[in-house]
Amino acid sequence: MNHDAYPDNYIRAILNSVKSIAMVGASPVNVRPSYFAFKYLAQRGYDMIPVNPGHVGKELLGKPFVASLSDIDRPVDMVDIFRNSSHIMPVVEEALTLDPLPMVIWMQLGARDDAAALKAESVGIKVVMNRCPKIEYGRLSSEISWMGVNSRTLSSKRPPAPTQGMRLSLNRMSVGGGDTAASDRAAKNKTEQS
Amino acid sequence: MSDRLPGFSTLAVHAGAQPDPTTGARATPIYQTTSFVFNDADHAASLFGLQAFGNIYTRIGNPTNAVLEERVAALEGGTAALAVASGHAAQVVVLQQLLQPGDEFIAARKLYGGSINQFTHAFKSFGWNVVWADPDDIASFERAVTPRTKAIFIESIANPAGSITDIEAISTVARKAGVPLIVDNTLASPYLIRPIDHGADIVVHSLTKFLGGHGNSIGGIIVDAGTFDWSTGGKYPMLSEPRPEYHGIRLQETFGNFAFAIACRVLGLRDLGPALSPFNAFMILTGIETLPLRMQKHCDNAKAVAEFLAGHPAVAAVNYAGLASDKYNQLARKYAPKGAGAVFTFSLKGGYDAGVSLVSKLQLFSHLANVGDTRSLVIHPASTTHSQLDDAAKVKSGAGPDVVRLSIGIEDKEDLIADLEQALGA
Repeated sequence: MNHDAYPDNYIRAILNSVKSIAMVGASPVNVRPSYFAFKYLAQRGYDMIPVNPGHVGKELLGKPFVASLSDIDRPVDMVDIFRNSSHIMPVVEEALTLDPLPMVIWMQLGARDDAAALKAESVGIKVVMNRCPKIEYGRLSSEISWMGVNSRTLSSKRPPAPTQGMRLSLNRMSVGGGDTAASDRAAKNKTEQS
Repeated sequence: MSDRLPGFSTLAVHAGAQPDPTTGARATPIYQTTSFVFNDADHAASLFGLQAFGNIYTRIGNPTNAVLEERVAALEGGTAALAVASGHAAQVVVLQQLLQPGDEFIAARKLYGGSINQFTHAFKSFGWNVVWADPDDIASFERAVTPRTKAIFIESIANPAGSITDIEAISTVARKAGVPLIVDNTLASPYLIRPIDHGADIVVHSLTKFLGGHGNSIGGIIVDAGTFDWSTGGKYPMLSEPRPEYHGIRLQETFGNFAFAIACRVLGLRDLGPALSPFNAFMILTGIETLPLRMQKHCDNAKAVAEFLAGHPAVAAVNYAGLASDKYNQLARKYAPKGAGAVFTFSLKGGYDAGVSLVSKLQLFSHLANVGDTRSLVIHPASTTHSQLDDAAKVKSGAGPDVVRLSIGIEDKEDLIADLEQALGA
């Protein structure tokens, strides 16, 4: 997979297929990006599992924290990692010990570890790096358009009036990754420099 | 659902818009409301904390304006946009995110006279110091860079003479200096030039001109290219540092490649207040649907008029980059192959008096201070748009006393030429 620019269909297929998401590094502090993303994905119907050894015994929006991926009592479809690039590898290695294996490993905005990605992909796990699932869900559903963001999708269909907690259709016509190519290129240059 | 890139005209009609979920209305409704009802206290808190997507208050965002924002972002190839009350408001909001008192920004000397004024006088009282550079001398931008430089500002096609700026060369200077390049793309519109493709990090527009296109609504917009890394060195604290007004959120970390657009919205528009009326957003959106058709006609007409003037015995010189003989023709071929825009200047052998006489005799051209209208327009910049500049600055910015500026409309070109001919001839 080219991790500099993902086709929308790749992201769309992931967000349409996964049901349970373990969020490693989920924070109970309500101004942290992980809190935003956790809350949003829970509202959109995903089975969210907060993973953070520092908060075991507490809950995040009604979901009990677990210390590590191996403490989760049900199959995890996607591992969403809210850690710096330097802390990705051990989490991926732990994810690879799960049975069944997760279908997807997702690294948050700013996080990228190509060696860890390769390891996961070699056993058939799909990998996304340096993206936010909340932003991608909002973009593909066009919900993010409320904030003037270029969703890079078009639709001539009348959508249902959105209600709280509703899952939104992600199946709009895609403009492709091409039209924000400048941003993707800048991210790629940054990766190559680091 | 394949990933393919629709053409510019398709985006001009569709991007950002979809049938209204509640009524099925196909045209984008004018959401003429100040405020939006919350579902419950938690929803309200989520919106105020920037945790959920949605509407609060039209000063911060409005569904009609959001369609306009996404459409222009799509046409420019940016990640996000923010619509504001005017092109001038866009410039204030952009620089508020980048400069602290005592900081500097470098601006091309050839700019709309109102921008020269705003930068020189209004911004001085904020402690934002403009340093001028010559867009025809790239090295002058390099020489102007200091440790306090926070941005570089240029126009893609520069007012008033329609000269073409070498965006790529100046973007190289900006990248080397570690500052964003801001390009005012008003006179080109994304149909002619997409500055992000040439290295711009931020694009601003007066929507009042070609994008709206009908001379009926004032508006401005800011487009975030999503290309600049705001996190390095604490140089841009509005984006990289925890924001006290949002309980410590760091915008770049939270919003990634559209953090600048969010900063403009939640730190600029929210606190400075230059919101765009949803009615104006609707008018401008309607204009944008025909942008590709209008812009081509504007350019084709402008070229025909410029060629006519260049061959007229009363005319001393024509500055139009679309003419093969023009100083900027090479740059026009590179940056604006579909046409060199529709705003240009010419000077008359009879000087100032001949210019005044020409303006008074024209029957179709309207004498007014705007450009980018369906109607053809004429003005004498030295006594109007550029009147606050001193004589030397007028000449430097291309608005000397003998210069007349035209903005060519979408009428039949034969009628425009006939009008100029009668006004020049008698």
